[in-house]
Amino acid sequence: MSDNSIVLDMQGIYKTFPGVIALSAVDFQLRKGEIHTLMGENGAGKSTLIKVLTGVYQIDEGKIILEGKEIRIASTQAAQKQGISTVYQEVNLCPNLSVAENIYIGREPMKRGSIDWDTINKNAKKLLEDRLNLKIDVKKLLSSYSVAIQQMIAIARAVDISKGILILDEPTSSLDSNEVKELFKAMRKLKAEGMSIVFVTHFLDQVYEISDRITVLRNGKFIGTYDVEKLSRMDLITKMVGKEFNNIEGISKKSSESSFNAKEDSFIKTSQFGKRGTIEPFDIDIKSGEILGFAGLLGSGRTEIAKSIFGIDKADHGTLKIRNKEYSYIYPLKAIQQGFGFCPEDRKVEGIIGELSIRENIILALQSSMGILKYLPMKKQQEISEKYVKLLNIVTPSIEKRIDNLSGGNQQKVILARWLATNPQLLILDEPTRGIDVGAKSEIMKLVIKLANEGMTIIFISSEMAEMVRCCDRVLVLRDRKIIRELIGEEIKEVTIMETIAEGGISYGKI
Amino acid sequence: MERSKLKNIFSKFYSMSIFWPLMCLICIIFIDFLINPGFLKIEMKDGHLFGSLIDILNRAAPLILISLGMTIVIAVQGIDISVGSVIAISACVSATVIVSNGPVILAIAAGLFVGLLCGMWNGFLVAYIGVQPMVGTLILYIVGRGIAQLITDGKILTFTNKSFIFLGTGYLLIPIPVYIAIAVILVMYFVMRKTSLGLFVEAIGVNREASRFSGINSRKVIFALYAICGLLAGLAGLIICSNIKSADANNAGQWLELDAILSVVIGGTSMSGGRFYLGGTVIGALFIQSLTTTIYSIGVPPEVTLVVKAIVVITVVLIQSPIFRKMLKTNNMLSNYKAKKVAKI
Repeated sequence: MSDNSIVLDMQGIYKTFPGVIALSAVDFQLRKGEIHTLMGENGAGKSTLIKVLTGVYQIDEGKIILEGKEIRIASTQAAQKQGISTVYQEVNLCPNLSVAENIYIGREPMKRGSIDWDTINKNAKKLLEDRLNLKIDVKKLLSSYSVAIQQMIAIARAVDISKGILILDEPTSSLDSNEVKELFKAMRKLKAEGMSIVFVTHFLDQVYEISDRITVLRNGKFIGTYDVEKLSRMDLITKMVGKEFNNIEGISKKSSESSFNAKEDSFIKTSQFGKRGTIEPFDIDIKSGEILGFAGLLGSGRTEIAKSIFGIDKADHGTLKIRNKEYSYIYPLKAIQQGFGFCPEDRKVEGIIGELSIRENIILALQSSMGILKYLPMKKQQEISEKYVKLLNIVTPSIEKRIDNLSGGNQQKVILARWLATNPQLLILDEPTRGIDVGAKSEIMKLVIKLANEGMTIIFISSEMAEMVRCCDRVLVLRDRKIIRELIGEEIKEVTIMETIAEGGISYGKI
Repeated sequence: MERSKLKNIFSKFYSMSIFWPLMCLICIIFIDFLINPGFLKIEMKDGHLFGSLIDILNRAAPLILISLGMTIVIAVQGIDISVGSVIAISACVSATVIVSNGPVILAIAAGLFVGLLCGMWNGFLVAYIGVQPMVGTLILYIVGRGIAQLITDGKILTFTNKSFIFLGTGYLLIPIPVYIAIAVILVMYFVMRKTSLGLFVEAIGVNREASRFSGINSRKVIFALYAICGLLAGLAGLIICSNIKSADANNAGQWLELDAILSVVIGGTSMSGGRFYLGGTVIGALFIQSLTTTIYSIGVPPEVTLVVKAIVVITVVLIQSPIFRKMLKTNNMLSNYKAKKVAKI
């Protein structure tokens, strides 16, 4: 069925953004009539690669060869012209137009100077039936159909525009298992017709069900392309999360078993705390002075737990005990006043205040905990900022420079400084080492261990298992928004964590 | 030595946000001076100062007040287009009190209070309900003048209460409205720059989500800003109605919201929020008022006034835009380059 000829060949693709290397020397080959899955944790470079292919970003270096000819994809229109079309995670159509209009918008067939509605409706109906086995009334509004059908319509439009390459960027994230089955049926049909499909997903089961080959990216680097039969789940997870021992060599776990046992002081205790649709009710007991890790793949609930403890996502269930005092809800300001700090996962959206200076970014949390009237005098602000710039080795000519001019690693250090300035007792670090260079990574890791040794309680979340193994006293493993296992002391090994995650794979249906 | 020092000071001044607004203001006053050399003259008459400059300050006072309110609202990516209508409401409420022989202090308090109330309503819609600022304040923009007419029964209220009129027309060496404007500028500066409110406002304006992670309650802050904006509009309404000794529900403060937005933009605050410049806004408001006064004083025919205003505003906005200035520079370079090439041939 597939004749193994290569339709698309991307060689040595480089793409950098200020402070971040998004793609470095990435190769990607797509054969005719295959379903090729792109895998990687958040920030691995999947979406950048797709955006490069669809003309949203321009590559810095490398070659894109389409059917034997080297091409440059300068814009999204250019990509479409080359026959590359994409369906994004969120449905990108107009809900207030009819199905047929949505499929032909921008390229309506004309007859005598006006839109030929009969042809549009006829063709749309035929397209959906022939290629996707979907029999619906194409004259109805798009919004009258379910998200799954809308997704199919988006695919139909893409298929109609496409001349052989179709990119599906997490099309299944909002579908239930039956809908996924329907989608897969359609994908197989398209594949049989010779369409080459690039598929992006986070769900392991789906990868093994549908794809022919898998390409794994990690931290913007190309890890490899594998035939799906030859790659076990365990190997896949290992390749995705990586084993970067070398860059944190010399960082030793902070406490031995015995000292951990001594920590019986409960700092936070939750009982059936949770939020419907976000994180299932959980009971955890965080001891003062420990480094507690949350392990799990993206979407497993590791970030959601952290957010609910800090009050970003308001829990609708259960209670939270802080130093034996019970609360039924919490919000960020209260969390800060209780001595919590939170370095969020998405530094750009949730962390830095781009236009403001390093100084303002550093004092922000401290100032908000002090309120509006007690404004820190400028001298004090400068003192605090200078102190942390020196302490964390933040590379900048001045504390008055804008934070968005710093590199990723230095931005992360400023966010850390923001929390250290509040003198926290609990620091939640969600992916503190993502997207930053190796040097900054090991600096941050060392700092974490140092802080814990000084008695700070730390919740540590990372996709890099090696980092967790190195520094955590205790690791909670999450899957499908539930805590499934607790690992203590000697049990904390990369293999154990990955086996726990891989066990039975991820069921995508019932989330 | 002297020269390099001077150059240093100049380049520092040049890079300040207030440089371009101030330059524009100086330019327009200079043009006025060229047209009418008496423009800069300030005379002493009956213990008061008189002159075109004083007149501009006096007339700019209400605009300065609402522009300051507009600045902080725009800083959090909002806008308040209802200020003109709020001015009408406050003017009509206080005029009603005065006409029915109520005490002056009550008239002032009532005017300020309804202004505050209107601002709180806007703030409630935008911050707590999540209505788009333009849409949220559009409600009061439309319905405000209706409310004002209901209050006055559709009539134009005129009054002669001396102490109330003093607010808008009185003099203590310089006009009273100027004192009010100066006082408000100082208070706003204190509230925004000597408490942490200004920092929070800028943080919310740049990245609301990250501000939330830092413990800032953006809803409360945004609500407060709209309330302040309403209060200032109320105060402006008092000055305006006291100045013309009457309250007209249909015309009080009309189009003033647009002048206010313009003042903010000319003052250097971006419509997309974030950094805001109170000083720039004050200069911007003075510029707009000078422009209006100039247009009247040099006798531009009424039918082309708006066109002249538009042209000046476009020019000012372009001059201020760093992108446009860059374009000019590269264009210059390009033509220089071409000229050189031609010379060589």
